[in-house]
Amino acid sequence: MDNTLSLVTFLPLIGALTLALFLRGDDAYARRNAKRVALTTTAATFAVSLLILVRFDPTDTGFQFVEEAEWLGGFTYKMGVDGISILFVMLTTFLMPLVIAGAWEVEHRVKDYMIAFLVLETLMIGVFCALDLILFYLFFEAGLIPMFLIIGIWGGANRIYAAFKFFLYTFLGSVLMLVAMIFMYAEAGTTDIPTLMNHPFGTEDFDILGIHVSGGVQTLLWLAFFASFAVKMPMWPVHTWLPDAHVQAPTAGSVVLAAILLKMGGYGFLRFSLPMFPVGSEVMGPFVLWLSAIAVVYTSLVALAQEDMKKLIAYSSVAHMGFVTMGIFSVNQQGLDGAIFQMLSHGFISGALFLCVGVIYDRMHTREIEAYGGLVNRMPAYAAVFMLFTMANVGLPGTSGFVGEFLTLMGVFQVNTLIAVVAATGVILSAAYALWLYRRVVLGDLIKESLKSITDMTPRERAVFAPLVVMTILLGVYPALVTDIVGPSVSALVERVETARADVDGVARLALGGE
Amino acid sequence: MASPGWPWEGSETMINAAAALPEILLVLFAMAALLFAVFGGKDEAAPSVLWASAAALAAAALFVGAGGRGTREAFHGAFVDDGYARFAKVTILLSAAAILVIGRRHMERLGILKFEYPILITLAAVGMMMMVSAGDLMALYMGLELQSLALYVVASIDRDSTRSTEAGLKYFVLGALSSGLLLYGASLVYGYAGTTLFSGILRAAGDGASIGLVFGLVFISVGLAFKVSAAPFHMWTPDVYEGAPTPVTAFFATAPKVAAMVLFGRVLWDAFGGVSGDWTQIVAFLSVVSMFLGAVAAIGQRDIKRLMAYSSISHMGFALIGLAAGTEEGARAMLIYMVVYVVMNIGVFAFILSMEREGEPVTDIGALNNYSKGEPLKGLALLVLMFSLAGVPPFVGFFAKLYVLSAAVGAGMAWLALAGAVASVIAAYYYLRIVYFMYFGEEGAPLDRTMTPANWIALLACAGAMAAGVVNLFGIEALAASAAAALVD
Repeated sequence: MDNTLSLVTFLPLIGALTLALFLRGDDAYARRNAKRVALTTTAATFAVSLLILVRFDPTDTGFQFVEEAEWLGGFTYKMGVDGISILFVMLTTFLMPLVIAGAWEVEHRVKDYMIAFLVLETLMIGVFCALDLILFYLFFEAGLIPMFLIIGIWGGANRIYAAFKFFLYTFLGSVLMLVAMIFMYAEAGTTDIPTLMNHPFGTEDFDILGIHVSGGVQTLLWLAFFASFAVKMPMWPVHTWLPDAHVQAPTAGSVVLAAILLKMGGYGFLRFSLPMFPVGSEVMGPFVLWLSAIAVVYTSLVALAQEDMKKLIAYSSVAHMGFVTMGIFSVNQQGLDGAIFQMLSHGFISGALFLCVGVIYDRMHTREIEAYGGLVNRMPAYAAVFMLFTMANVGLPGTSGFVGEFLTLMGVFQVNTLIAVVAATGVILSAAYALWLYRRVVLGDLIKESLKSITDMTPRERAVFAPLVVMTILLGVYPALVTDIVGPSVSALVERVETARADVDGVARLALGGE
Repeated sequence: MASPGWPWEGSETMINAAAALPEILLVLFAMAALLFAVFGGKDEAAPSVLWASAAALAAAALFVGAGGRGTREAFHGAFVDDGYARFAKVTILLSAAAILVIGRRHMERLGILKFEYPILITLAAVGMMMMVSAGDLMALYMGLELQSLALYVVASIDRDSTRSTEAGLKYFVLGALSSGLLLYGASLVYGYAGTTLFSGILRAAGDGASIGLVFGLVFISVGLAFKVSAAPFHMWTPDVYEGAPTPVTAFFATAPKVAAMVLFGRVLWDAFGGVSGDWTQIVAFLSVVSMFLGAVAAIGQRDIKRLMAYSSISHMGFALIGLAAGTEEGARAMLIYMVVYVVMNIGVFAFILSMEREGEPVTDIGALNNYSKGEPLKGLALLVLMFSLAGVPPFVGFFAKLYVLSAAVGAGMAWLALAGAVASVIAAYYYLRIVYFMYFGEEGAPLDRTMTPANWIALLACAGAMAAGVVNLFGIEALAASAAAALVD
């Protein structure tokens, strides 16, 4: 049996254990070693994951590199990737070395910091590889623990409130999903995800507490999963934990949160909600589309009013995730391709933007937009990088941000023109807040006394940004890199959803004919 | 028993005392230890009596666990030795032994390490063994009272402390009340069934219990709910936990809970198994109220012993979900839950027992401020235990919850599972708060760094088990499954 996926998943954990068991002391030497071990581990993980990517066969729409082993009664330890999940694994392994390198200046409890991130990486990769419901839930939930500690220990002034809010908010969403998972286990007798994807969950309408539930069991299960993924995503109006968590988290924490953790919600919709509850998704689809459209416009407007850079980017993340949910629930090739593309591209762009904030935060120790201005005069390289990612965030053609937004809008347009129109105005608003932010921070004259001695990016910082710049442009000019891998799995998914819906329509028609 | 030499074995009288051999030996040990201590050094002998008792309890656990297969009845069916009872007995005996060991230094420090303490704990353990093996209402009551009388005394063993005495008195008065209710229920059942044997009650109840039997069932349930400290019969718990010496609190939180919960299961299945429709609703009600009360009431607590009291109420609510399901799967889930609960509590109490500042015990959770900085390993262990108590994966506490919720859904009580899930989120808050003090707290007066080797080992072993159990739960799943099968058959 091929154990590469387990290797990728647990390699960071091994690095974390090494740090925990063998690294002693807290002097400069130990701190440097901790960073080196973490960087080596994440880089090695990326190297191994490249091996998977190279051997991955995009034309096969089933799961590849599947591993299966007996676990606790009824559950199995089953891992595997398909065209949808492999790119999220790659995104994670690609970003983690950059995150570690970006956190090089941390001096407070460095060893613990590195351990937390390594453990978190294991759990994030596990989420994207798990092919068993309970295994998925385990990785999904356990990720809250290191993130809770990262925000709580290394966060900003109001970190405790943010850490509790983050944990309890997401925990509440997830336990509802857990109950739904248990219900599915009771119903289908298995927790195997590929099997469950083909299990027809009930669609008979019924009334519960006087409320008519069309789509029946599927709709209820869909709602329970939605509670978890919508919070994780986060969708308006359950996004309020995100700005708090982002603002208070340390830079590396914000990057991981925005670039990877948020994608778990979207991934969940793709892996569970659509294939397992096609009818539930159909019933609730318009609802999600409208929520997404509102999210795009509303959070863009909120972003305009922000005075804290991180908060602004956090709201912009919510807006961009609105495009993702919109693409997913338009359930067609363009929409789904676009949603996945948008998630990957947002991973690079938002990660880079948070790193950009981190660069000047490390120098000035403030995130207030007011405190900056005219940085271009002393930081030309920084200004260039920041501009690229601002433009990518706006969705300028030639950057990866454009492709994702364009494809999702195209997908939605086929389903509901009005929603596409509303969402498209969000693109304009995003240009407004992003460009305005850029003008206030970077352009203009350098008049603030405190900024007179600010220095440009160090070689280390440039090295961190370089891969992100390359990926953003590369995906912008050659999106087939992603769509070739994603395409076959997505079309299989679309086909499966449509067949399932057609089957159910047939059942409904038969019942009507009998009356 | 493999050896054929016992004179009473296989005799026509059905006494068959061999089935109760571990209990008999433990009682003999307790008598011998009592004599030894009285004629020996009195309280100077206390440490050696304590170690001997812990060893005797552990040996009895080994004896029960290794010997005996199948089901044996003794004393005309009043005493049942089956897989279900053995599973509970091993848990009870091992946890009692562990509590004796980790509480030793604390008792010494308070100057209350009297030789009666380990002997009373041993006798209480014998009472609990009788409880879980009860096959008759008389045997049930006898075991329950043997346990309770010993517990009343140890609760007030710090007799010069008003709080300890108050705790003992409160526990005694309310315990007597609950025993009275239970007895009243038992007499009703006897009146309507014409027998006190569980098997006889089962036959008398048949498929539909008469109103008198249902009344008896309700009163018995109330009495047992008091013993497991399920809401709304939990009122004694926080006060007794807070007032009693901490090692005694640790004991209350572990073995007696297992015994009472297992006995609850025994009565419901063996005596009223045919009319499960009559009691699942009662148990489900107890369960929901306990989970939410435990979760909400603990939020405001700053005293860690009170906090653990509410936490145990909430956990009992979860274990009761397993009973409420009324299925074999549910009984299995309850057994797994109790074992996991006991292990977590031993770990946490091993820590609480060594919470001292300048030699004085402290119980305020604020004292944990920034604890992890000075003591990263112990801090991490407590972190693991807290997340496990909260039911966050990948720790074993999550799997315990998963099994009970799964049992509830499997029995068509999805609403109960949903309530449990929501309650666990509320409860997560106060476990997180302890983590918050340890990891994010302000610099404050630090706790002493001393910890006896026994407590250190117990803390790390329990935390390690909660983390490593994700691999296969150490096989307790299969053991609990066969134990549950023994009960439900």
